[in-house]
Amino acid sequence: MKTKIIDRSNCRPVITQAGNSVALKTGSWRSLEPVLLKENCTNCLLCWLYCPDMSVIVRDGKVEGFDMDYCKGCGICALECPGKKGQKAIRMRKEEKE
Amino acid sequence: MSSSLKIKELSKKEILLAQGHRMCQGCGASIVVKMVMLAIDKPIVACSPTGCLEVTTCISDYTSWKIPWIHSAFENAAATMAGVETMYRSLKKQGKISEDMSFVVFAGDGGTYDIGFQSLSGALERGHDMLYICYDNGAYMNTGIQRSGATPFGASTTTSPAGSAVPGKIHQRKDITRIMAAHNIPYVAQASPSHHLDLMRKIQKALSIEGPKYINILSPCHRGWRSKPDDAIALSRLAVNTSFWPLFEIENGKTRVTYIPKDKRPLREFLRPQGRFAHLFQPENEWIIEKSQAKIDADWSALLAEGACEAIEE
Repeated sequence: MKTKIIDRSNCRPVITQAGNSVALKTGSWRSLEPVLLKENCTNCLLCWLYCPDMSVIVRDGKVEGFDMDYCKGCGICALECPGKKGQKAIRMRKEEKE
Repeated sequence: MSSSLKIKELSKKEILLAQGHRMCQGCGASIVVKMVMLAIDKPIVACSPTGCLEVTTCISDYTSWKIPWIHSAFENAAATMAGVETMYRSLKKQGKISEDMSFVVFAGDGGTYDIGFQSLSGALERGHDMLYICYDNGAYMNTGIQRSGATPFGASTTTSPAGSAVPGKIHQRKDITRIMAAHNIPYVAQASPSHHLDLMRKIQKALSIEGPKYINILSPCHRGWRSKPDDAIALSRLAVNTSFWPLFEIENGKTRVTYIPKDKRPLREFLRPQGRFAHLFQPENEWIIEKSQAKIDADWSALLAEGACEAIEE
């Protein structure tokens, strides 16, 4: 991961770029990854609401997938997913890293 | 008129906390802040004292806030926001600003129950038009899980370690929501991220009222609570269902219980998944669970007696 080098000369008490922490990709923290099983998804969007890392991608009210650049793999989405007929739409699996 | 709190509608809104914050995986504070900001319609000006939320959202030269946000010292977040709000009123009077804004403090339990208490109490007494949110994870998690005034009775922390000398924290936690209510401010409430609709309704209600408002929100911390990374919502739900964390509001002195668990669970179910309470299940420490349960039952009965006539079942 490449981040900006910070030294005293460019470190200021006011940050004027709102939300520039998107440069810090936290996806590398992950050891488990969420997998979306669309057939069990009712688009209740609870995963979107509960995700602490804003990593559930929703378009037009539908869950599209996960933003793996930032997902830390906590698994809240999988645990809280009500699914369809008792079948969860999200499960966690061990991530294979290269 | 406040905007809709349907999740589908909310999902169209921009989340004002950016990705890339350094909160631990599965952190409750992030969920709380996200829900609070989703419920607010007006432009927000926020402030946080030192704490987990502050250190993780403004790592040098980076910010996760998409709103004007000030980091103040540990003891004076409420005073900082009071100053901002006063400046705003002055600018409005001078005709230099016309937009309506919401002034919000996001503070942890250390910055609320203990270190920031005097500045918070003063700001409430002076009647500033602001909303103070305490995300309560029950210890100084950021510095390494030291006990705070919010740490529950019997919990093991690094400064109240369970062992042969003490069975975890030997003092009861402060009832901060009641202490805030005793300031006779227009709105005080307690909420939990597991009951998100209730939480967001309380935020909208609070911001529709002029004057100081205080909301205490449970914020699970699996590092400090010694539980699993995925159980923030599950544990906050258990906290509500065992009445460890009752959901209620006090509006102009009138108490209303906003959620009554259909099946009130024994406290053990909330304690069991958390490593910080593991020692309580030893036979010699059973009395702590019994004492805690008795206190919770008494508090719950008192709360129901106070707000029962207004209570609604969801």
